[in-house]
Amino acid sequence: MNAADKKRLLREMLFARRFEERCYEAYVERKIGGFLHLYPGEEACAFGVLDAARPGHDYVITGYRDHIHAIKCGADPKEVMAELFGKETGSSKGRGGSMHIFDAKHHFMGGYALVGGPFPLAVGMAKAIKLKGGDEISICFLGDAANNQGTFHESMNMAALWELPVLFVCENNLYGIGTRIDRSTAVIDQYKRVHGYNIPSAQVDGQDIEKVHEAAKIAIEHVRGGKGPYFLELMTYRYRGHSMSDSNAYRAKEEERMWGKRDPIIILRDRLIEAGEISMDDYKLMDDEVLEEIENEVIKFAEESPEPKVEELEKYVLGENDPYVRGGAR
Amino acid sequence: MAVIMYWEAIRRAHDEEMARDPLVICMGEDIGVVGGTYKATQGLYDKYGPDRVIDTPISENSYTGLGIGASFLGVRPIIEIMSVNFAWLATDQIFNSAAKVRYMSGGQLTAPVVIRSPGGTAHQLGAQHSARMEKVFMGIAGLRVVTPSSPKQAYGLLKSAVRCNDPVFIYEHELMYNMKGEVPDAEYFHPLEGSEVARAGKDLTLFGYNISVHWCMQAAEQLAKDGIDCEVIDLYTLSPLDRAGIKKSVSKTHRAVIVEEAEAAVGVGSEVMAIINEECFFELDAAPLRVSAANVPIPYNHHLEKATIPNAKRVVETVRKMFGK
Ligand SMILES: Cc1ncc(C[n+]2csc(CCOP(=O)(O)OP(=O)(O)O)c2C)c(N)n1
Ligand SMILES: [Mg+2]
Repeated sequence: MNAADKKRLLREMLFARRFEERCYEAYVERKIGGFLHLYPGEEACAFGVLDAARPGHDYVITGYRDHIHAIKCGADPKEVMAELFGKETGSSKGRGGSMHIFDAKHHFMGGYALVGGPFPLAVGMAKAIKLKGGDEISICFLGDAANNQGTFHESMNMAALWELPVLFVCENNLYGIGTRIDRSTAVIDQYKRVHGYNIPSAQVDGQDIEKVHEAAKIAIEHVRGGKGPYFLELMTYRYRGHSMSDSNAYRAKEEERMWGKRDPIIILRDRLIEAGEISMDDYKLMDDEVLEEIENEVIKFAEESPEPKVEELEKYVLGENDPYVRGGAR
Repeated sequence: MAVIMYWEAIRRAHDEEMARDPLVICMGEDIGVVGGTYKATQGLYDKYGPDRVIDTPISENSYTGLGIGASFLGVRPIIEIMSVNFAWLATDQIFNSAAKVRYMSGGQLTAPVVIRSPGGTAHQLGAQHSARMEKVFMGIAGLRVVTPSSPKQAYGLLKSAVRCNDPVFIYEHELMYNMKGEVPDAEYFHPLEGSEVARAGKDLTLFGYNISVHWCMQAAEQLAKDGIDCEVIDLYTLSPLDRAGIKKSVSKTHRAVIVEEAEAAVGVGSEVMAIINEECFFELDAAPLRVSAANVPIPYNHHLEKATIPNAKRVVETVRKMFGK
């Protein structure tokens, strides 16, 4: 990763951080409703992996903590915010909400709310890629606790059995809502769990984007090279509660402080400053620009966009004018 | 009689049953240390310990199956599934194991398990967190389905469900946990079968269950001002539905409107209409009507969501239409 890439990624991660923090505010202002799961603390995971992949080309799928993965794949942040505001201009036309960002144009195949649900979908996309002979890969981002769902094991088996081009990225933030991993899971190191399926795997520091990027490059080479699935475990931490309705009371303050010091944005920033690539003033300017863009473009667009029409409530339930509904084309 | 909240009533039933019988256990996601998403098991972990108040992994089908297996040997698990949307995943074990084991073993095995789960459409939780699944559960032979509309029912139905030797599914509602109501101070067992006259009236019967009972009660008050005297029947048992209670009320009022939070197709409304048809068709002065949700996955947008789900106003409009007003 060269200096220019690092600077670009610093800005992208900072944008993601400020985007999510602005979502928090908008939720408090009641502009955003429902369940809202934010990504601060985990930025190096999505950006490190997807920067090593081909965002917009490779197919990406994830859970409900999905805004940032969508944006990195190429979704317009304005449309993502409009979705959170429930607007017609939103990425899912206001029908999906925070947990269901979709941007098929950029091969972001969605956020899903049922824990473990995306595993088989990711494997299915990999099956389609292989069948169609494309050079894309399928990438599935999910949390640590999702690995206790039966779909995890069933999907690993099929992915390995049929040597499908799928990369599983486990964002291990040590918790599934309020339950710490050692209280829910017999095996703490998640990368070990796929060995029984002959899937190669690795565990790396998810707070250091360079390490994530490096590990992801190896993983992606394997998968794109036709050698079958790969499982990459990234050790990370979420800085906020599980969702807006979570008090976070179950985590030790000391643990939070420790991970707070391992902020992926600060780690990269300080590294760039130390190397003389940027100054603290450059960083502050970057932050100001990001904040301004979010306020003047992203939020403005979401605020000013129209609501969906109630008359169109039943649109998108089923397809329109499908000739086979009447027995075929005439 | 103390006035307590719905979640407190559920908590109290857990506590009493666990104190009485060491084989009563509870299990589910975040129910122990955290005390439950809706606080229904708050404090029980400290009181009864991790062997009886079990924080499960996110493995709905298998921990439900585990609870069912334990119940074969006389343990009485109360399983909380955090949201009915996740209960879809456990339906294999509920339907294929719990509901059938007594029958297919010729009565040798029983599955005295209680599964509690909140459903319903709360506020903007989107398509995968807003399911109303009562229609699915109530169609399964071998499974009892009850749905409390008040703290008293929530308490008494859980108490009876724990003692009952059949598997019981308790359908709760995400928006009702903070609802207050009177609960008897003395131990109380609500019948697992039947229905309740929530309001007596003579001109028309409104059938509701769970949250829709409250829409019916509000509508009845409004309609009383128009001179329409509604009876409200609370169908707290969804399986088996109370045929006698339905017949009795319709034979008295000669008109029926069924109010359900779910989509109309294959639902409580269609089932109640069929029962009316079979039991008391000639008592009717008008064709029964349903107030149901639009047949769509629940939209995130607030206005679309509101347009999807029934409310008291729509009940009032439907009744007025029936009376040609
Ligand atoms: C099938 C299912 N069960 C339970 C839930 C409730 N739930 C939502 S997120 C979550 C924890 C998931 O933790 P993890 O997979 O580690 O992801 P994280 O949120 O930590 O990123 C739970 C239990 C759900 N959404 N779906
Ligand atoms: Mg986690």
